[in-house]
Amino acid sequence: MSRLDYRSITDEQRAVQLNAIGVASCNELIADIPSEIRLHEALAIEGGMDEIALVCHVGELAAENKQLVCFAGGGCYDHHIPAFIDHIVRRPEFFTAYTPYQPEASQGTLQAIYEYQTAMCRLTAMAVSNASMYDGATALAEAALMAVRHARGKRPVVVAAETLNPQYLEVLTTYAQSGLMQTHVASIEKMCAIGTDSADGVVDSDTVAAILIGYPNYYGIYENVAKVVESAHAIGALAIVCANPLLLALGESPGVLGADIVCGEAQCFGSPMSFGGPGLGYLCATERLMRLMPGRIVGRTCDADGADGFVLTLATREQHIRREKATSNICSNHALNALAAGAYLTFHGADGLAAVAQRCVEGARSLYERLIATDSFAPFNISSVDTDEASVRSYEFAVRYTGPGSLAELYDTLVVQGILPGIVVADDVLLVAVTERRNAAELDRFVEGVNRYAASAR
Amino acid sequence: MPLPPGKSEIEVMRHYQYLASRNFGLDTGMYPLGSCTMKYNPRVNEDLCRLEGFTALHPAQPIATAQGALRLMYELAADLAEITGFAATTLAPAAGAHGEYTALMMFRAALEARGDARQTVIIPDTAHGTNPATVALCGYKTITVASNENGTIDLDALREVLDTDVAALMLTNPNTLGLFEPDIGKITAMAHDVGAFAYCDGANLNALMGITRIAEAGFDALHINLHKTFAAPHGGGGPGAGPVCVTSELAPYLPTPVVALREENYVFETPAHTIGRVRSWYGNFSVLVRAYAYLKALGAEGLREVSEQAIISANYVRTQLRDAFDMPYDRPCMHEFVLSGTRQKKESGVRTLDIAKRLLDYGFHPPTVYFPLIVDECMMIEPTETEPLKTLDAFIEAMRAIATEASSNPAMLHAAPQTLPVRRLDETAAARDVVVADLPATNPS
Repeated sequence: MSRLDYRSITDEQRAVQLNAIGVASCNELIADIPSEIRLHEALAIEGGMDEIALVCHVGELAAENKQLVCFAGGGCYDHHIPAFIDHIVRRPEFFTAYTPYQPEASQGTLQAIYEYQTAMCRLTAMAVSNASMYDGATALAEAALMAVRHARGKRPVVVAAETLNPQYLEVLTTYAQSGLMQTHVASIEKMCAIGTDSADGVVDSDTVAAILIGYPNYYGIYENVAKVVESAHAIGALAIVCANPLLLALGESPGVLGADIVCGEAQCFGSPMSFGGPGLGYLCATERLMRLMPGRIVGRTCDADGADGFVLTLATREQHIRREKATSNICSNHALNALAAGAYLTFHGADGLAAVAQRCVEGARSLYERLIATDSFAPFNISSVDTDEASVRSYEFAVRYTGPGSLAELYDTLVVQGILPGIVVADDVLLVAVTERRNAAELDRFVEGVNRYAASAR
Repeated sequence: MPLPPGKSEIEVMRHYQYLASRNFGLDTGMYPLGSCTMKYNPRVNEDLCRLEGFTALHPAQPIATAQGALRLMYELAADLAEITGFAATTLAPAAGAHGEYTALMMFRAALEARGDARQTVIIPDTAHGTNPATVALCGYKTITVASNENGTIDLDALREVLDTDVAALMLTNPNTLGLFEPDIGKITAMAHDVGAFAYCDGANLNALMGITRIAEAGFDALHINLHKTFAAPHGGGGPGAGPVCVTSELAPYLPTPVVALREENYVFETPAHTIGRVRSWYGNFSVLVRAYAYLKALGAEGLREVSEQAIISANYVRTQLRDAFDMPYDRPCMHEFVLSGTRQKKESGVRTLDIAKRLLDYGFHPPTVYFPLIVDECMMIEPTETEPLKTLDAFIEAMRAIATEASSNPAMLHAAPQTLPVRRLDETAAARDVVVADLPATNPS
C-alpha cells in the first residue's frame, strides 16, 4: 500500500490545471516568496504511512498509556457517556461543518446550540447562555473581564475565593497580566467582610467589580454562596459563581441565589476526559449583562416566509464585526462539545440528571465514610464559613492522610494496583472524586489498598 | 424552571437525525471558505483520537502512566516547529484566537522583562477580526496600517507608525487576499529595528508547508490552526487547537506546562519565565491526536504536495472566474484569492450576499464574504487541495451561471436560497427582539 494522500487530483489533472492557469509549474505561482527563504531540502518530518501502519503506530502510543480506575477529578471527571452521544457527535453533518455563519445551511447546528443554551439557562436559572467557551478556567477569566467591563473601568478589581480550582486561579492571574483587571485572592470570610469595618484592609470595596466563588469549591465543599452574593451586591459588585453544572440538578440554582454570572466546566455532560481537553466551558448571565457576554449566541428568528429559524445573533459584540471593541477575541469555541451536552441533557432531563448526580454523591459519601473509618484518613476542611463538615454533598471531597508512611507512597502503591486515588493537593491531602461509573468492587479495592498499605507501612 | 423530563433514546436520535438533515457539512459539498481551510477530515483520525488509551486518560494521572500521550505531544510540537522553522512550541491554546492571545502575552512578558513596557500593536487592514480583538484583550491599542495597491503592506505607511511604543506587528502571511508579502524580510526587520516583535497569524499556513519555513522571514512567533491546516474537523464552530511556535529567545516565556524529554522519559516542565497558565490542563488533546495522525500519514513529501496542490487549485479556480467577476488583485495567488461582486451590484443591484445565498441552491457552501474589509462586495475563495477537479469545475460553472443570472434574473438571486430547509433568515429581527433560550416569560404582560 502507498502512503495516505487525501488529495483527489491526479498528475494528469494537475497538468490540465497548470495549462489552464498558463504556467509550467507551481513554482511560477509562488514568485512572491523571496528565494532566500525558500526551502530547498525536504522537511525533517517522519511520516508517509499507509493506513495500516498509521493505525498500528498511533495504537501503540495509546497502548503506552495506562488506564486506571479513576477517582481523580479537579474539573475533569470520568462520567459515563451514553453510547448514542458519540453516534450523534460523529455525524458528518455536524462535525465537518464550519461555524454557522450561513444560517440557511446550518439550521441543525444552530438549533442544537440553541437547545444547549436553553438547557444551561434552565440549570443555572439564568436568562442567557452563550454557545460555549474553551473550558471552565477561561470561562471564569472571561466572566471576570465581563464584570470589569460592566463597571466601565471604574472598578478594576476582581476578588476570587482562594478555594477556587487552583488552575482557574492561575489562568485568572495570567489574564490579569494584560492590565485590564486586578485579581485579589481571599478567603470566603474576608470576601464577605469587604466593605465592612472588619474588612481589615483587604481591598477597597469601591474598586471591586466582582466576587468569584466556586459552587461547590475545589474541595467539594459548598460554602455560603448566598451570603457571598449578598456581600457582593452590598458593595455594588457582581457575583460570579463557578458551578459544577451536574450538581445543579440537586442543589439550588445560582440564579435563584442571586448570581449575576454563572460559569464553569461542563465536560461532565457527554465529553470524554481525553487527557483534559477539549472540555466545555459554559457561561450564563442575567439579561442585563447579555450584551457584554463573550462568544457566540444563537437566537430565534424567522425566514422570508415567516417560518421559524435560528441565527447567530448579537454579533455586534463579536470580533469579526466589532474588532478591537469586541467583548472578547473568541472565535472557534467548543461547539461540538456543546452539541454533545445538549443531547446528553435532552436525554436525561431533570430527573435523569438528578439520578446521575445522586448516584455520584452517594458513591462519594460512601467512600468518604469508609476512608475515614480506615483511621488512615481524617476530615479535611479548608473553609471556615458555614459549611457542614460532616456531610459530603458533592461527589468530590478532600481528606487528610494521617496513617503511617506517607500519602505520596500510598498514592504510588495504589497506582501500581491500577487505581488512580485522586489528586494530591498538599503533602498530606488527597482530593477524591467518585462518579457514577465507580462500582462497589472498585471502592472495595481502593479501601483495601489503603488498609494493606497502612499495615505494611506501620 | 427545571429541565424538562428526559426523552427516550430513539426520540433523541430522531431529533438529531432531523437536525443533521438541516445542516451542510464538508461531506455534503465543497466549502470554499477563504482563510478557513475546509479540507477533508480523514476518518481514520476520528477513529484514532477515540482510542480508549487516549479518551480514558485523566490529565492528573502520573505522567509515568501517560508516556504515550506525552510522546505524541512532544513529537507533534517538534514537527510543528520543524514545519515553521521555530525553536519551541506550546500545544496549550484551544483555538487560533487563543494562540494569538498566548503569543501576545509572551511578547508583553518579554518586553516587561527588559523594562520596556509598550502600548500598541500594528495590524494591517486585511487582518482577521480576532487580531485586533486579541490586541485589546492583551491590554494594547491597535494601530491599523493600510495596504498598498498590490494588496500587501505599504512600507512607507508602516514606517510612519513604527516607533518604540510598538510591542508587535501582527501579520497574516500569506495575507487574507491570498498574497505572500514579497518584502516580508524587510517588514520584520523594520519591526525588530524599533524593538518590536513580529507575529504571524498562521491561519494560512496551508500555503507554505515544505515551501518556506515562515520563521526564516523574521517572525518571532506564529499560531497554527490544527483544525485548518492539519485536517482536524471544525465541529460546527470548534473545538479546534491553536498551538504557538516561537523563537528560542521567547521559549522561556511559553505557558506552563510544556513537554520535555529527559533521559528517555517524557515530562511536563515549567519554562523559566513562563507567562503562566492560559487554560486548564495541557491542550485540546483529542485535536492534537488528529493532527499528529495527519502528519504521520503525509510526512514531509505529503505536506509539500498539500501546499502545492492548494496553490494550484486556487489559481485554477481564479483564472476560470477572472472574466465573470471583478478581480481587484489580478495576479497569481497562494492558496486563496478574492473576487469582488462590484460589477454585479452596479449593473443589476445583486449583492455578494445574494450570490452567496444562490450558491447554496447550487449545492455549494458560499465563500467567505465581505472579508477582507478593504475589498468591496468581497468573496474570498479557498478551494483546498482535497477537492476533486470535477467539483472545482462544477463550482466554477455555478459561479459563472450565477454571474449570468445576476443580469438576467436578479429577483431570483435576491430571493435565494429557495431549496434549503429555510428561506433567507432575518438576522436583524433576531438582534432586535432577542430570544436566546426557551424560557417562561419573567414579566408576564
